[in-house]
Amino acid sequence: MTIADYAFWLFSICVIVGGFCTVISRNPVHSVLWLILAFLSAAGLFVLLGAEFVAMLLIIVYVGAVAVLFLFVVMMLDVDFAELKAGMAQYLPLSLLIGVILLMQLGIVFGPWEFSDSAQSLRAAVTPEDTHNTAALGLILYDQYFLLFQLSGLILLVAMIGAIVLTLRHRKDVKRQNVLEQMWRDPADAMELKDVKPGQGL
Amino acid sequence: MTEFFTTTNLGITLLTLGQVLAVVVPLLVALAFLLYADRKIWAAVQLRRGPNVVGVFGLLQSFADFIKYAVKEIVYPAGSDKVVFLLAPMVSLVMALIAWAVIPFNDGWVVSDINVAILYVMAVSSLEVYGVIMGGWASNSKYPFLGSLRSAAQMISYEVSLGLIIIGIIITTGSMNFGDIVMAQDGKYGIFSWYWLPHFPMMFLFLISAMAETNRPPFDLPEAESELVAGYQVEYSSTPFLLFMIGEYVAIVLMCALVSLLFLGGWLSPIPGLPDGIVWMLLKICFVFFIFSMVKAISPRYRYDQLMRIGWKVFLPMSLVWVVLVSFLAKFELFGGAYARWAIGG
Repeated sequence: MTIADYAFWLFSICVIVGGFCTVISRNPVHSVLWLILAFLSAAGLFVLLGAEFVAMLLIIVYVGAVAVLFLFVVMMLDVDFAELKAGMAQYLPLSLLIGVILLMQLGIVFGPWEFSDSAQSLRAAVTPEDTHNTAALGLILYDQYFLLFQLSGLILLVAMIGAIVLTLRHRKDVKRQNVLEQMWRDPADAMELKDVKPGQGL
Repeated sequence: MTEFFTTTNLGITLLTLGQVLAVVVPLLVALAFLLYADRKIWAAVQLRRGPNVVGVFGLLQSFADFIKYAVKEIVYPAGSDKVVFLLAPMVSLVMALIAWAVIPFNDGWVVSDINVAILYVMAVSSLEVYGVIMGGWASNSKYPFLGSLRSAAQMISYEVSLGLIIIGIIITTGSMNFGDIVMAQDGKYGIFSWYWLPHFPMMFLFLISAMAETNRPPFDLPEAESELVAGYQVEYSSTPFLLFMIGEYVAIVLMCALVSLLFLGGWLSPIPGLPDGIVWMLLKICFVFFIFSMVKAISPRYRYDQLMRIGWKVFLPMSLVWVVLVSFLAKFELFGGAYARWAIGG
């Protein structure tokens, strides 16, 4: 076994343990922390696959921003989780049913899965030998699928504007600070300068 | 012998461990003296003497502090979450230290020479916030909690502008590897080829954002002593507190190293004729650290809403406009290709 193999086992075990503990933790903050462990280990697996750009993005976006917001919300909310879990027995049959259906669907998808003979060459075409995978991804996103990329950006922009419009309300009862007005104020009106020699004081 | 270190598992592990120690041990020792320098500079600005009792000129003050922290008792607040409480300072220190894996000190003197080095540093520095959040939450006390909330919001806000400034550098270089970035700054105009001139306004934005990102004064809102006692560190004592403090300073020195690699030419020699080398890199780190200390000494603390305003309404638009501008300048190779180093070949 090489070091990469050991790393693979370490990361895979961490992903599984992290995911499992996310579900079974009693404390929601612990759940989020376990989830972060799962994210980090998944990023490690990406690195082992040679997809270092995706790995770093996973950490920066999911762990560095999204999970922090999760943690924020979970820490601030005073939810009685014991009470929420009390109704679990009621919903258990339904959730079990959904789980079984999902498992069957996955089985249907992956059961007859076969690699085509050209799969290896297609993989090679995505990341050419002489470019890093960041550059290769950039070429595909910004050259080949430029319009689609712009379109998805536009959709996100519309969603963002929508969210801002929905939450925007003008409050009249708040005292606001006009920063520019303060900056343009003449300092001579407001204060008097004294020339103090070092070590002496006034 | 060489074969043992490059082919066998044990050999590779030992070699990597050796390289890691070769970076971490000098870093931590240097940190002791940087801490001392920080306090001395601060004291000098305020016309005080600063630490001057332990050792000659108080040079051993940091080591005395270290022993003092290490032998004290760890106090757990009532109702605290002990595991997370102890995990937080460790996360804080480890995250600050592992970022050094990709920082080169000289041509090829780097533990891990990876293609996505800058992204790696960004990823690790985005993880640093967890030490603070976990510490504040696990303390089960209101001041630490408020401090950690402030810190989380602050670090996320300034990461955005840091990332955008770095994108300008990446566009100019055409690579995310620190070695390539430094080599791209090695132009025919010597010191004027370094990125501080082409990316002039961004260097100051980066410095200021770096101060905010590392919770350094004047942006030390998470530990503002007049409002929050010491923020997320209130309940910490002994070694856990020491770990928090070392982690914070390692992150600051990392930011200094980043500034010198990205804008000040890393290990390149500023004087024509003198050879490039690790000395220049260390001198530049010390220079940037001096600026950090001076800023701490001479500027008053920001108010929290001002901090958020300047991050989102000033720095973010400025760095965004800069990215667009740099892409334009790089695309058409204006100014003799100063913004398109990949095109003119170094």
